[in-house]
Amino acid sequence: MNFKLHSNPMTATAVHTDRLGPLLQRITGDRKHLPSAHSTLDVLWVLYDRVLRITPDTVDAPDRDRFLLSKGHGPAAYYAVLAAKGFFPESWLDDLGGWDSPLGHHPDRVTIPGVEIGTGSLGHGLGLGVGVVLGLRAQGFTRTRTFVLLGDAELDEGSNHEAIAYAAATHLPITAIVIDNQSSTHGWPGGIAARFPGWDVSVVDGRDRDRLERALKPRHDRPNLVVATVERKGS
Amino acid sequence: MMRETFVATTTALLDEDPRTALVLADISAEAFAPARRRHPDRVLNVGIREQLMTGVAGGLALTGLRPYLHSYAPFAVDRAYEQLKLDLGHQDTGAVVVSIGGSYDASEEGYTHQSPGDVALLDTLDGWTVHVPGHHDEVPAMLRAAARHDDRVYVRLGVQENDRAHPDGGRLRVLRRGGPLVVAVGPMLDPVLEATTGLDVTVAYTNTPRPLDADGLRVLTESEVVMVEPYLAGTSAAAVSSALEGLPHRVMHLGVGRREVRRYGNWRDHAREHGLDAPGLRASIVDFLA
Repeated sequence: MNFKLHSNPMTATAVHTDRLGPLLQRITGDRKHLPSAHSTLDVLWVLYDRVLRITPDTVDAPDRDRFLLSKGHGPAAYYAVLAAKGFFPESWLDDLGGWDSPLGHHPDRVTIPGVEIGTGSLGHGLGLGVGVVLGLRAQGFTRTRTFVLLGDAELDEGSNHEAIAYAAATHLPITAIVIDNQSSTHGWPGGIAARFPGWDVSVVDGRDRDRLERALKPRHDRPNLVVATVERKGS
Repeated sequence: MMRETFVATTTALLDEDPRTALVLADISAEAFAPARRRHPDRVLNVGIREQLMTGVAGGLALTGLRPYLHSYAPFAVDRAYEQLKLDLGHQDTGAVVVSIGGSYDASEEGYTHQSPGDVALLDTLDGWTVHVPGHHDEVPAMLRAAARHDDRVYVRLGVQENDRAHPDGGRLRVLRRGGPLVVAVGPMLDPVLEATTGLDVTVAYTNTPRPLDADGLRVLTESEVVMVEPYLAGTSAAAVSSALEGLPHRVMHLGVGRREVRRYGNWRDHAREHGLDAPGLRASIVDFLA
């Protein structure tokens, strides 16, 4: 295999984050999902700019870090970050949801370079992520890290809790990031972290990129939850 | 016997092929304990979590492994249907789903442990090969062939078996030559052979109803076809109709009825209730051909 660990010096500095604004504005077809799209923007940027070992050249490298967007809703920020990092041409952003467009209102791994899983129906990413971690470990890729991003309302789906409990019981090294914009209809009394017993937990400001980096960068040898708190949905 | 054969063959595959993985949801976990001790990274028991079992299989496949997963048919298919659809199909990955229980093997457990609709559910999805072995000696080749590619495969193991194995049952195999065609799927063969004793019919066997051997069906059909399947009656109606498009034909589909049978007993009792024992089949076939 020719993929080597490296710190990704080209992409870490070459793209200034101010470019994300214009890229987001090019994505006009998904107004319905805009609030949630922006809720993930800073987390996604920190992941792709400072944490993940993945570049457009290593999208098929077997030991690349994995990022799984479980909440496929509101993918505008995801698309903007992937385009800014060169995974696909920026011109793709102009035809979101079009007949000839690879970009739908939910991402499809088959049509978009760099997208690890196709999602949209909530509650699938964490189970897939558990399988990815297990598959990487079975093949000796112990340096590879796997991140799964969910929304707080997505936790309503019971399938998540099958994965949460199993990951804790087996000390699985997976990082779940929950974007908390308080969009769950019935809420999570006691806090989201209380739904992840047996996980390492940190709760950070989802708009503070340095704090996000400090929460996401260290390796954990057991499941790790980062709750990224942002403004309430619709506020 | 089929379950034991599945355990032995899959255990051997795990030893031989480092790409092979097995995901369980408690069912048959004890039988796979030796394999799990030898291959703790590739033999995984997630507990009673069938959605996770299938999601994990999808994740394993995304990293290049070849996952086998296993449970009772109602849990592996009915319960985790959306995971089969999205965590395998939509991700463009595959797995080998090996079920037990099927239509009414779990007769004393009741309807919660039965899935007469499993093959019909898979028929709503793209790209599934469906094996319904009629004898335990037909099982190893199915499991071994599935290890060599990445497609989606369903293997439906059952308690009911024919007296003899027919290892070349992937296509329609003619076992008796005569008039109108009777197709027996998997364990329906012996009851069909008994039911049609003395009748002028052609009996053909397959243990791989998906993809259905459409060419074979067109060649063997004169005008009448009787499909006899060990799962929901009419499951193959669309496949048969498509295979015979443009050919004048009459067809009857026999299988498990939709109505829930709120009785226990054993599988023979349920076969009789659904008209899938030899006398029941004979009555239906004679009536259709009269």
